[in-house]
Amino acid sequence: MAENGIGASVPRTEDHRFLTGTGSYTDDSNLPHQTYAAFVRSTHAHATVALDTSAAAAAPGVVAVLTGTDLAGDQVGSLICGWVVTGKDGEPHKAPPHPALAADTVRHVGDAMAIVVAESARAARDAAELVKVDYTPLPAVVSMRDALAEGAPQIHAEAPGNLCYDWEIGDRAATDEAFGRARHVARLDLVNNRLIPNAMEPRAAIGDYNPATGDYTLRLTSQNPHIHRLVLAAFVQIAPEHKLHVIAPDVGGGFGSKIFIYQEETAVLWAAGKIGRPVKWTADRSESFVADAHGRDHETHVELALDEGGRFLGLRVETRANMGAYLSTFASCVPSYLYGTLLQGQYTTEAIYCEVKAVFTNTTPVDALRGAGRPEATYLIERIVDQAAHDMGIDPAELRRRNFIPADAFPYPTKVALEYDSGNYGLALDRALELADYNGFAARRAESEAKGRLRGIGLSAYIEACGIAPSQVVGSLGAGVGLWESGGIRFNPTGNVLVYTGSHSHGQGHETTFAQLVSDYLGVPFENIEVVHGDTEKTPFGMGTYGSRSLAVGGSALVKAMDKIIAKGRKIAAFSLEASEEDIEFSGGDFKVAGTDRSMNIAEVAFSAYVPHNYPLDELEPGLEETGFYDPANFTFPAGTHVCEVEVDPETGTTEIVHWVAVDDFGNVINPMIVEGQVHGGVAHGVGQALLEGCAYDADGQLVTGSFMDYTMPRADDLPDLTVETTCTPCPHNPLGVKGCGEAGAIAAPAAVMNAITHALGTGAIDMPATPQAVWRALNQ
Amino acid sequence: MSVNVSMNVNGRAVCGEVEDRTLLVEFLRENLRLTGTHVGCDTSQCGACVVHVDGRSVKACTMLAVQAEGAEVTTIEGLAQDGKLHPMQEAFRENHGLQCGFCTPGMVMSALDLVERNPDPSSAEVREWLEGNLCRCTGYHNIVKSILAGASAMRGGS
Ligand code: FES
Ligand code: FES
Repeated sequence: MAENGIGASVPRTEDHRFLTGTGSYTDDSNLPHQTYAAFVRSTHAHATVALDTSAAAAAPGVVAVLTGTDLAGDQVGSLICGWVVTGKDGEPHKAPPHPALAADTVRHVGDAMAIVVAESARAARDAAELVKVDYTPLPAVVSMRDALAEGAPQIHAEAPGNLCYDWEIGDRAATDEAFGRARHVARLDLVNNRLIPNAMEPRAAIGDYNPATGDYTLRLTSQNPHIHRLVLAAFVQIAPEHKLHVIAPDVGGGFGSKIFIYQEETAVLWAAGKIGRPVKWTADRSESFVADAHGRDHETHVELALDEGGRFLGLRVETRANMGAYLSTFASCVPSYLYGTLLQGQYTTEAIYCEVKAVFTNTTPVDALRGAGRPEATYLIERIVDQAAHDMGIDPAELRRRNFIPADAFPYPTKVALEYDSGNYGLALDRALELADYNGFAARRAESEAKGRLRGIGLSAYIEACGIAPSQVVGSLGAGVGLWESGGIRFNPTGNVLVYTGSHSHGQGHETTFAQLVSDYLGVPFENIEVVHGDTEKTPFGMGTYGSRSLAVGGSALVKAMDKIIAKGRKIAAFSLEASEEDIEFSGGDFKVAGTDRSMNIAEVAFSAYVPHNYPLDELEPGLEETGFYDPANFTFPAGTHVCEVEVDPETGTTEIVHWVAVDDFGNVINPMIVEGQVHGGVAHGVGQALLEGCAYDADGQLVTGSFMDYTMPRADDLPDLTVETTCTPCPHNPLGVKGCGEAGAIAAPAAVMNAITHALGTGAIDMPATPQAVWRALNQ
Repeated sequence: MSVNVSMNVNGRAVCGEVEDRTLLVEFLRENLRLTGTHVGCDTSQCGACVVHVDGRSVKACTMLAVQAEGAEVTTIEGLAQDGKLHPMQEAFRENHGLQCGFCTPGMVMSALDLVERNPDPSSAEVREWLEGNLCRCTGYHNIVKSILAGASAMRGGS
């Protein structure tokens, strides 16, 4: 292994700027003649509104006050949902209009109604307070049950019964038949709690318009600048694609929440065009709470049918999924194709049937959040498996092992539309149990009991579909985009290299990992490689970063580009070394004439390519720069087992996580240090969901958990040190053999925590977040 | 109302005219353009804005600029000397104590105050100390590791 090559824990290139305070996040930039925006947001969950902006417009420093009526007058298009899910009835989902500024009806607390633009951020905020909003309240529906009830208030005329879609997957008849044969049926009602993403950097946007050229520039917190550009150009129609430059500079975490095209960046860009000056908006955390798309929010009834030996015969799932007030950018696919398709889990369950009702409510829109659909699937599978183990008196590890898809059964076609490509679930489970000293648990439990504590150990054998995604598959399922990725390699005449990726790093460390990959593959020194991302005028069109796709799809695109570089380099070397192309071998950065000591380093080849004084130009083209587009043949399927051990104080209901083991199969790994960090972060997110985080609305649709004072984020002392290891079955269908690691922890963790708690308490009747109050109640009811 | 403030920031005398309600963090970011100090919340919960005022860690979003009149302020930009990272910064780099980097300046500044008070903290003490600093990316594991390593380096260990 080279010092900075594939497999090395190279310290990150990007860290120096972040550690010295010289990163460049959106809010760190100011443009000449910049103005500042503040939004007027609804304080009601559902109302018709009339705005009087006169006092605000007359306030000191105010440049403009623009409303939903102005926006409609300029024919600015609605925000869109990019994936059309078709329901049981063959009809497309309902995607009601979602204006960037609501003109006459507001549908959730925080819905933006007007943008106030002023000479300073304070002036904008002060003036926003002066906009008079005359609300005529309409009845609000907050819970999904209420929204689906007969005679419920209607949120959108386009969505009768507040139903976005009623969707199904799997084989109902076969599942019914399987349940008919069952010896035991385990049942659970589960809530997958609504989460607020809370990337530490609040969203921000700076819109700019150049009247001389008609060009727009949008600098913002985005995980996918090209998707922002595409939607704002083709659908919202603020500017054509070639007149819109989108830059996503350093971004302080995303977790899904910065994928989406929101009201605010749309309004900021439009306002910049209207006033002819740059407009900057940076969210307050309070705004983030009501305006960033939330995650999860499912209510599920699940049943697992087992035979007398504990084999899984059938799985039946009925889910209600909250969409919030509008259909956000990718909201529709989260509780359908990113959820129902994962219900096979790691098991050979013979028949599966799942139906999902997606429901509108007067709450903030819900969309993808770290894991997106897959944590919800793993949570219900792993909870019901534990319930079944408990019911039947079988050890939970043993029950899992009995039902695992065997390591020699891949590729394995699931009952829910996917084909698992590779895996070895037993290996990860065994290693996790060993690291967790599963066999020694009884003694530890006895020790805890002696102190008056309850102790539990919980497993989560999760699976995810990552490396999103084969375009043909997602296209046939309703996606409006292809999910390939692009990569470009540009050699400079002096031999150093610019690497362009259409993916985007907002914490994942692409600048390091991709440089390691290129260094290893092309034999260029690590320090001579610069990775460029996040700018639509620099990189080829790219789909961005989410779904643990950057390396599996984006890295593979770079491999395609590098293969082209090597092919071209071979031609150049053959010409320069006066050999035939077939005789040129490439390794370690050198093009060699086979069987001789004649060779040229790739840096010399690059120099030659740019100084082609004697090139036969009809045969050899100058320059050394190539682009690759990679469309994956399949999803990747990271999987593994996490083990959580908890100690519960029955007096107070407090849960302490005393030990955590993660054994994950991510296929090949380029930078183990970064991969471990991704697991740590994912686990913390999942532990947050299981123990602490729960978004709550009151009956009127007011967000009760609207700040860090009310919404409990995981802190350092909520978490233990984590034991993290990997196993490896390489992905067989991408050139790197990688699977992706960014979401695994968040997918695995909630079920591991909850299974540990239910094990400690001896009851499964508890939902997330398992706060001290919830635990105490479960113990004492 | 406008007021004049002056203080020492990273060893340099600075002054500025600000609205009286200007927060220290706004003065640092907007007037001095020291944008390494971040703002992650509006309720003094996240710690992204931690700087040192007269040697103690302070949430710069929780203090008016005028309250720092005459003070010695150190921000993340003031730590590295002659292009060389401070041992605590170096420890974060070596131990992958950061991902997106947004919480990082606050984490480092907060960690330095801890080590000032407790040069050899235990892992549990570090976790407890970080009560006022949120990170959404790292799960804290490597932040704790970094701070322990940074403390050790500052004690002259390896
Ligand atoms: S900005 Fe969050 S504590 Fe200061
Ligand atoms: S590194 Fe991203 S918030 Fe801490």
